[in-house]
Amino acid sequence: MKLTVKHIYTDILIAGGGTAGCYAAYKLADSRKSITIIEKANIRRSGCLAAGVNALNAYITKGRTPDFYVDYVEKDSHGIARGDLLLTMAERLNYCAHELETLGVVIQKNKQGNYVERGPRNIKINGENIKPILADAITSLHNVTIYNHVNIIDFIVQEHRIIGAVAISTQNAIIYIIHSGAVLCATGGTAGLYRPNQPGFSRHKMWYPPFNTGAGLAAGMRHGAEITTLEMRFIALRCKGTIAPTGTIAQGVGAKQINSNDEEYEKKYGYTTSQRLYGVVTEDRMGNGPSYLQTKGINKKLELDLEKAYLNMAPSQTLKWVEEGGPSTKNVEIKGSEPYVVGGHAGAGFWVSTKRETTINGLFAAGDVAGGCPQKYVTGAMAEGYIAAENIHVYLASSSKAAVIDEQTIAAYIKQEQNFLEPSDQLFSAENIEEGMQSVMDEYAGGITTAYRYNMASLVVADKKIQQLTALAQNLKAANMHELLSIHEILDRLLICRFLIAHLQNRKETRWRCFSENTDYPEIDETFNKYVNSYMKDGKIYIKLRPIVTREQNYEHTY
Amino acid sequence: MSIHINKKLCTGCGRCADICPGNLIVIEDHTAHIINPRDCWGCTACLKECVVGAVMFYLGADIGGRGSTLKMNQKGSIKDWIVTKPTGEQVHIKVDSSCSNAY
Repeated sequence: MKLTVKHIYTDILIAGGGTAGCYAAYKLADSRKSITIIEKANIRRSGCLAAGVNALNAYITKGRTPDFYVDYVEKDSHGIARGDLLLTMAERLNYCAHELETLGVVIQKNKQGNYVERGPRNIKINGENIKPILADAITSLHNVTIYNHVNIIDFIVQEHRIIGAVAISTQNAIIYIIHSGAVLCATGGTAGLYRPNQPGFSRHKMWYPPFNTGAGLAAGMRHGAEITTLEMRFIALRCKGTIAPTGTIAQGVGAKQINSNDEEYEKKYGYTTSQRLYGVVTEDRMGNGPSYLQTKGINKKLELDLEKAYLNMAPSQTLKWVEEGGPSTKNVEIKGSEPYVVGGHAGAGFWVSTKRETTINGLFAAGDVAGGCPQKYVTGAMAEGYIAAENIHVYLASSSKAAVIDEQTIAAYIKQEQNFLEPSDQLFSAENIEEGMQSVMDEYAGGITTAYRYNMASLVVADKKIQQLTALAQNLKAANMHELLSIHEILDRLLICRFLIAHLQNRKETRWRCFSENTDYPEIDETFNKYVNSYMKDGKIYIKLRPIVTREQNYEHTY
Repeated sequence: MSIHINKKLCTGCGRCADICPGNLIVIEDHTAHIINPRDCWGCTACLKECVVGAVMFYLGADIGGRGSTLKMNQKGSIKDWIVTKPTGEQVHIKVDSSCSNAY
């Protein structure tokens, strides 16, 4: 298979057409700049909101302030969050929610015409079609060009400044060289690093999309971008089997967590996100499992409300209820997912300035790939896209023209991809190496098997084995573009695993149960009131502990 | 968790292949095929996109599936979700996505 080379010239490249990327394009479109979205699938149903969402979980409800939201997240993450990022995000949450409504997303209202609150920080929406609505908002814009079914495989960086990217078609034998003045990375978080709850037929029935494989994050890592807080893994407390979210039940009908003895146990463990999960894990370990959300006995109207709410976001749960009997007839069993790297819920991702620029000049980040700003959710991802969009304008106006991508660089990428496509009789497939990686991470880096715990010795084993798998993956071969994509996905995931292990090794404390639970250091150590950051140079990962940035600060990178 | 494509109903139009967030569906011999059923996330984008009702969704036996399938017909803003049980019994749940009154 011989690849055709196509060049794309654009002022602004947006890598990833999920919620953050689409909304950034929408906000950038007022300018006269050309904007290009590169999307692995189709922006109408891509990213983590492909199935929809039934609440905006980051919203400043009546009588509350952005500071209230920041206070909550700082407490929930036990101090390891960026105050500057949280506050600038929180200040725009409601603007973004209202704009979503203007675009056509239905926000539920009560009889007085006010938004229906689901909790102190969230409102209910009919968001099944949130992605088609965002896609429609940008598809007709004359200066926005969308490439669906094209996947970013690397950024092109010269003298610490981004000048473009390389991408491949997922369908046709095409390699794209994208020449761009600035880039917004919005490729999402990373799933599939750990062995999933159900490793068999339903292996992809995970909470976070298995197609979010960290392409942009890994590309940034390869070029020395600074990364933050990967060790704050996100482990979702979810409905057993379907891995559907539990917040809709817990907040929607006020269901309590109980163990198999019908005991409410949450107060024993605490109410932060990680403590709620730790409660389930510990009750299981003590022989009190399974755990449930107590829904039995809710009335039929509430049951139907729940069934509809899940059709807007996770239809599998409604199907399960119709098959087995609804939540009024039996409690909903809950379980922890495998760990993810996701900046929309936890703090893992690119280390960015308050302007959302990464440590690579001209490379901005928003949404689940941007770190330091946990619990941003949908509206927070949009707010970050908006903030990044504004600062991309400033960047383009104030910087010199980007350098031309040289022929040697282009030739090297073509050679690399052609090499993967060489016919070969190989032993291993990308799938096989993925299974190896997931086993290693599960057993030695705190997966479900060890109740999310690890120690320094197990992390050394994990690191060694991940490096062995990385060496094997270099020799993978692809017979078509789908397989070529799989090779890049596994290479990206393996690199993120290496970084993740380095982060776990360097937070020598246990600040968050389950999310980052090191049995050699089982307590909080206040000397780690710092961010664990990392970057790669000449193939080696370096760690940097950085002091906490408060909401009063405006953080700019210093080199 | 995966989808099943009814080959008799499928016209090979390619809408499902174009929308799948995992690029998992291909059109061969004028019919849609899922490359590997194990790779499906279960987002149901494909069955929402299918205009002839050829795509249905089911839960794998490993997560407790009992053989029911899920489809969705859309008329205007009304989404009619249909669960067909192995007995043939059908359960409809209608959601009006334009209705902003709390359910």
